[in-house]
Amino acid sequence: MDDKTIGNGSEEVRIGFFICHCGSNIAGTIDVEAVADYVRTLPNVVVSSDYKYTCSVAGQDMIVEDILKYKLNRVVVAACSPLLHEKTFRAATQRGGINPFFFHMVNIREHGSWVHQDRALATQKAMDMARGAIARVKFHKALEKRREPVRQSVLVVGGGIAGIHAALTMANAGKKVYLVEREPTIGGHMAMFDKTFPTLDCAACILTPKMSEVGSHPNIVLWSYSEVTEIKGYVGNYDVTVKRKPRYIKEDLCVGCLDCIDHCVFKTGNTDDEFNQNLSKRKPVYIPFAQAVPRLVAIDPAACTHLNGGKCEQSCATACDRQAIDFEQKETFEHIGVGAVIVATGFKPFDAHRKPLYGYGRFPDVYTALEVERLVCSSGPTGGDVVLKDGSKPKSVGIIHCVGSRDHQTNRWCSRVCCMYSLKLAHLLKEHTDAEIYNFYIDIRTPGKGYEEFYERLQEEGNHFIRGRVGDITDVPIIPEEEGRMIVRVEDSLAGFVRRIPVDMVVLATGLEPREDASEIRRRFNISCSSEGFFLERHPKLAPVSTTTDGVFLAGCCQGPKDIPDTVAQAGAAAAESLVLLDVGYVEMEPMTAFVTEKYCSGCKTCLPLCPFSAISRDEEKGVAVINPVLCKGCGTCVAACPSGAITQNLFEDRQIFAEIEELLVHA
Amino acid sequence: MPENFEPKILAFFCNWCTYTAADLAGVSRMKYEPTTRVVRVMCSGRVDPQFVLDAFAHGADGVLIGGCHPGDCHYVEGNYKLLRRFRMLRRLVASLGIEPERLRMEWISASEGERLQKVVNEMTAQIKLLGPLELPERFREWDTELHEETFDKEREVVASGQ
Ligand SMILES: Cc1cc2nc3c(=O)[nH]c(=O)nc-3n(C[C@H](O)[C@H](O)[C@H](O)COP(=O)(O)OP(=O)(O)OC[C@H]3O[C@@H](n4cnc5c(N)ncnc54)[C@H](O)[C@@H]3O)c2cc1C
Ligand code: SF4
Ligand code: SF4
Ligand code: FES
Repeated sequence: MDDKTIGNGSEEVRIGFFICHCGSNIAGTIDVEAVADYVRTLPNVVVSSDYKYTCSVAGQDMIVEDILKYKLNRVVVAACSPLLHEKTFRAATQRGGINPFFFHMVNIREHGSWVHQDRALATQKAMDMARGAIARVKFHKALEKRREPVRQSVLVVGGGIAGIHAALTMANAGKKVYLVEREPTIGGHMAMFDKTFPTLDCAACILTPKMSEVGSHPNIVLWSYSEVTEIKGYVGNYDVTVKRKPRYIKEDLCVGCLDCIDHCVFKTGNTDDEFNQNLSKRKPVYIPFAQAVPRLVAIDPAACTHLNGGKCEQSCATACDRQAIDFEQKETFEHIGVGAVIVATGFKPFDAHRKPLYGYGRFPDVYTALEVERLVCSSGPTGGDVVLKDGSKPKSVGIIHCVGSRDHQTNRWCSRVCCMYSLKLAHLLKEHTDAEIYNFYIDIRTPGKGYEEFYERLQEEGNHFIRGRVGDITDVPIIPEEEGRMIVRVEDSLAGFVRRIPVDMVVLATGLEPREDASEIRRRFNISCSSEGFFLERHPKLAPVSTTTDGVFLAGCCQGPKDIPDTVAQAGAAAAESLVLLDVGYVEMEPMTAFVTEKYCSGCKTCLPLCPFSAISRDEEKGVAVINPVLCKGCGTCVAACPSGAITQNLFEDRQIFAEIEELLVHA
Repeated sequence: MPENFEPKILAFFCNWCTYTAADLAGVSRMKYEPTTRVVRVMCSGRVDPQFVLDAFAHGADGVLIGGCHPGDCHYVEGNYKLLRRFRMLRRLVASLGIEPERLRMEWISASEGERLQKVVNEMTAQIKLLGPLELPERFREWDTELHEETFDKEREVVASGQ
């Protein structure tokens, strides 16, 4: 092969190689000078040097200067992962006056110095990798990024506080927002709370104004009781299908007078009220709670006699003077186009049944924290009276922290909010009942503004704090005071012995988990999960709201447990990232698409069904395959399958990869 | 077997899952054997059977292909396409007399740095037991044998005076 004629036209290939010390991150394990010396001996390498921090401005300037000084037309940098700095160095290459795709990056930090200990072997590996890159880059071609316009609208999935805040931010910036919420109302978990820590401001007072703003904002289309069923396209240009479940109400006619609820043939509730954590009943025609947004009733097909084929006089329908009730309603589908997507689907509380020793479901007065949130709420099932199942007030309450968190049998992670909400509930329960409150904790974790102070306040209020993981809850008394009560058995790790604390009420501070359908949602939006199932951000520190799919962002607890202040901050960040995308107005498409060379295509059609994006069609006249570059996402699957070798993928061409393979394997 | 045999494993990692997992292993400073040489591809579906054969032919002691878990491919189903090809490849490689341990396909997601570490170490240990593959050397041997045979035949032909 003639090195002088390969690559771009007939010019001689002149490669510059730059190896980075990354302080001591790389140089501590890899002999970077030796690698630079070695690479200097390779064909076509004109300059080979090492530098302390190649990604720094000075490091980049060095590359630019060397390109000009040595008339380089290829650049190889051996440093960290291309996923981190490929963009940086491509830009530097471009500043030097050559096409950015004449650049290639060698990952000797993440795949080298950080994972190996033997200096000689790590250096050897770095040399091999550099040689592979030098061989490959010779075959690089100049490529152009294609620009596509970005649609000026955004889809927000999930209407908890995260989705609400993100939607309002985008809408206030003048963008069109589609907010899709699965439940009949927005609000998420926050709508269920009475007060919020640490300031104890009333949750409804701070949330409901935001909810109604969403409901009336001219830039927001709110689709509640709906779900995204399909999403296609790419950053800036997503095509979304939304399923709207029938709520058996004509939304444009219902004014939310709630007459239908009063007139339902069921005079009291006949089915569990989910919003009240099943502590009360509701009717089949219902509104989840008084300040629900949208203020529209829904008819629950599982509870409604008529919708179950039974005989019913349908008094709700006759009561509605606007004829808004429509039992014939079917699900409908909306098709929209958006530029960006914010996923804010929240969390699910840990199922307390999974810790059977704590007696949830077995002892009537063992409650989950969310149930107690409803009990202490003045609009809750008891109007804010904290009463036990027998109607009496508890004299002593045990709050068990970390239920289903920091536990190798269930979830290993700390759910971050349970210590704080346990303190909040301790305060509220004391206020409502004047009971003795015992907190059973492993560690109290109160990082956050005003949080430690709140903890101190709780200690001053006379709450008891017992350090130790609760073993179990029993109803077998051994002394008279325990008679008829629940006994919390705990090894007090400060006192060093096992204690038995009799209580009338137990609150389980259940942790936060990924939603049941998280992996389905993740696939639908083509994003990743961390090992426990929360959605994965692109970078844990530097790209906390981005995902590996461009134009899809994360906000709130779907990304991991967090409190409301952090959720709102993250939602704002997701909105800002989306705004950047929309305001720039166009996206640059990576040019790694595939194309068919007509004269080699035998017309065998092997590739046609392979493309997951239907980018390949057949030119019937010529009898050859054609790839639409707008639809091609550059996976390379068709390239690998073409028996005639007629398909080429830019930047991943056969000759580039073969050169890389063969040189990686030569022993230096 | 040469002393201190350090196998060379040519690895093809898809950008979105396994390559990212390897980055994560790096960021988490998980130590593993310095035996892999990674070729980054956007999707495991890009892995052409010829790449694998070429790697063996040029001296790889093993080939590792890493992609996203089924259902997780960034391009929906590239990994399923690879899977189909892999079955064919495995038979092909076996018929060349290459031990099955030398060719491995693994689904390693972006968060599974630990798994990457485990797979590389495991595969390295297995190949160390097998020893070098030395396919290029074997090819060369076969070539000379073939060459000598034809040469002998030619000589016979010449000797018999035909
Ligand atoms: C008992 C308890 C008490 C707490 N108390 C406090 C407190 O006092 N102060 C504080 O700061 N934090 C508190 N927290 C934490 C707080 O609940 C969270 O920070 C907050 O709710 C996170 O909001 P989110 O929008 O991310 O999720 P969520 O509130 O879970 O909202 C997610 C929304 O998305 C919807 N959704 C889910 N899947 C889909 C889908 N596929 N399609 C469409 N919509 C979907 C859901 O229906 C829901 O409306 C508490 C948590 C618990 C468990
Ligand atoms: S597989 Fe190759 S030869 Fe067959 S139709 Fe597609 S491009 Fe043409
Ligand atoms: S490279 Fe992938 S996306 Fe592009 S045409 Fe081929 S199969 Fe389709
Ligand atoms: S992107 Fe990982 S296998 Fe396709």
